[in-house]
Amino acid sequence: MNEMLLLKYGEMALKGQNKKTFEDILVKNTKRRLKGLGKFEYSRAQSTLYIKPLEEVDIELAIERLSKVFGVAKICKAVICEKIYDKIVSTALPYLEDALLTAKTFKVEARRSDKSFPMKSPELQKELGADILSAYPYLSVDVHNPEVTVTVEIREEYAFVHAYKINGAGGIPVGTSGKAMLLLSGGIDSPVAGYMMAKRGVIIDAVHFEAPPYTSERAKLKVEKLAKLMSEYTGAINFHCVEFTKIQEIIKEKCPEELFTIIMRRIMMEIAERLAKKEEANCLVTGESIGQVASQTMYAMVCTDAACNIPVFRPLIGMDKTEIVEISRKIGTFETSIEPYEDCCTVFTPKHPKTRPQLKDVEAAQAAYDFEPLIQEAVNSTKAYIIKSY
Amino acid sequence: MIYFDNGATAKPCDEAIKAANQALEAEWGNPSSLHAMGVRAEKMVNDAREAIASVINAEPGEIIFTSSATESNNTAVFSAALTRGKRRKKIITSAFEHPSVSQPVKRLEEKGFEVVRIYPDKTGRIDPRKVLSQIDSNTLLVSLMLVNNETGAITDVSKIFKAVKARDKEIYTHTDAVQGFLKMNINSKTMYADMISISGHKAYAPKGIGALYVKKGVNLLPFIVGGGQEKGKRSGTESTVLISALGAAVNAHKDDISERLERVSALRKHLKEKIKGMDGVYLNEFDNALPYINSLTVERYKSETLLHFLEEREIYVSSGSACSRGKKSEGLKAFGYNDSQLDSTLRISFCASNTPEQIDELVAALKDARERLVKIR
Repeated sequence: MNEMLLLKYGEMALKGQNKKTFEDILVKNTKRRLKGLGKFEYSRAQSTLYIKPLEEVDIELAIERLSKVFGVAKICKAVICEKIYDKIVSTALPYLEDALLTAKTFKVEARRSDKSFPMKSPELQKELGADILSAYPYLSVDVHNPEVTVTVEIREEYAFVHAYKINGAGGIPVGTSGKAMLLLSGGIDSPVAGYMMAKRGVIIDAVHFEAPPYTSERAKLKVEKLAKLMSEYTGAINFHCVEFTKIQEIIKEKCPEELFTIIMRRIMMEIAERLAKKEEANCLVTGESIGQVASQTMYAMVCTDAACNIPVFRPLIGMDKTEIVEISRKIGTFETSIEPYEDCCTVFTPKHPKTRPQLKDVEAAQAAYDFEPLIQEAVNSTKAYIIKSY
Repeated sequence: MIYFDNGATAKPCDEAIKAANQALEAEWGNPSSLHAMGVRAEKMVNDAREAIASVINAEPGEIIFTSSATESNNTAVFSAALTRGKRRKKIITSAFEHPSVSQPVKRLEEKGFEVVRIYPDKTGRIDPRKVLSQIDSNTLLVSLMLVNNETGAITDVSKIFKAVKARDKEIYTHTDAVQGFLKMNINSKTMYADMISISGHKAYAPKGIGALYVKKGVNLLPFIVGGGQEKGKRSGTESTVLISALGAAVNAHKDDISERLERVSALRKHLKEKIKGMDGVYLNEFDNALPYINSLTVERYKSETLLHFLEEREIYVSSGSACSRGKKSEGLKAFGYNDSQLDSTLRISFCASNTPEQIDELVAALKDARERLVKIR
């Protein structure tokens, strides 16, 4: 089957002078996602990216992968026809069979960029509509609310017809908005936060803190799996794994119990910031949502933010858990997030954490010990590696 | 590497590996085939059957091969219900059964069966009178675990089943003998069990093979039906590879059961000796228990943290409770463990080739852990 894919741009269609930069990045991202699926030819026109397979490929798998590329609003699968009206009909009717057999109403839309084609768009619409009706006499035309919209486009080299359209991932292409260091825990929230930043074009690096033997090898494998699932949307993730045991033990030993979590998070931020600078990332990202737990109150966040000098973005800040879960299910990370390995280090969580910590108290408590050498050691010994799905 | 997790799975013995290879490479026929290859494969299966039968003093015809002890336990519970469940709707079990018994029982409970779960006393013993006082004309099945997988506590099923059968011989009796098989003497003739479940991989054979003893004359409707293998009692082409491996493992271990038990008892004694004087570290002991399984509490330390700490030193144990997300072991709860014990208990499960020196290393590592790890509040 001589098929091709049409990727309709999302809001990047509205860009002005820098649209080409966005397009270039989109093409690059698309090529990466289709790697290994076969040879494709890319062309662009009128806020659409045309992807034509040059050999036998698994087109459904290609669509599945492309549906997770940010910057694309709609994906259409079309059949290529010779630019002769009879050929268009004889190719389109069998190609559209699945769509037309399951519908009750339809309409035809025609577009003609090759003005030398002998039929004008309205005429083409009318003729093709009539031919479809005679082949599927139980259908009726509905120009306002059709179940199926058959589109025929006449272009310079060939014509194509499509009725299959699915939603793309939306957003803008990853790589057009800078880079962020995501604090990835293994819970439900942080993968969603990473997804949301990537949707706005941000490249995602991730940092994970492990505390063996309080946390298990399985907990780390789980986080790597989450990163891999996220990477279907974000593209390859540069994953940083920080050994955090010693720092946790010392906080536990030297600092007041009710401030344990807050001091721990401050030190995590400091480490993440240094890693961000190393990787030339511009900001930190967390999955915090205000008031969700004790360490995510406004007061607590003021204290954690004071520990670092680059912006900390929290795309889930105003969301309810149910809304976060919904996205997590949609992007396929939920089932992995709820695997029960995460909280094995409950040894450390205070029984009564402070929900309204004051920065000066926290700073004073943290000053009880000079964490700097440990922080630097943690940064230096961090292992970084690339995680990607394909 | 020091492996103290034999209750989870044991290393397959050389004899089992050899038998499996032989069946894979040379004797790969289908036991149901009428030709010579089939006959040879069938002989292999029947040799294994005889080996298992002889070690529990049963007849070969009483052994059915299954895919696992989980299947054996499911078969026991569901076959009983399929056969007599219309008239009899009461099931009596212990409160500490393995999930492969407790879950099928729970399923039947949801379908309208009455379930009575008996708790052990402080010494870990199921009082036979507690069982007998529950017996009535509605009772379908009494299923009691022979050796508990978390504590090693032994239930005197012979005594209880004998009394049950004396009241009403129509009541089915079943025991999950997985942790006892090849580790203690099991005599089907004096056990009064209609069904006995065993597993291959805890008995030095590979995973994926189990067996169910069904007493001659007990006619149960099969749980898995199909091509009529295993005399119609369990359909599905026999796994000749795993069956012959199990047979070989049984042959290799059937003659020194008492001798190994003695060695393992000495190991347990050694462990107890070594932890003496360690404040807050103790074995949870029960009057009648199999020393292969040891329940060791290390107070104020989280069992899973200890487990990973030991793992870093290549010492493998399991946590006596699944600490994940506050889910605590129902089995240990049934034995009366309090909340902090549930969080802080390790299972040290031996095999006869473990040594006192390995125990010394374990204890040294635990001392080290207590020096270095953060305590639970």
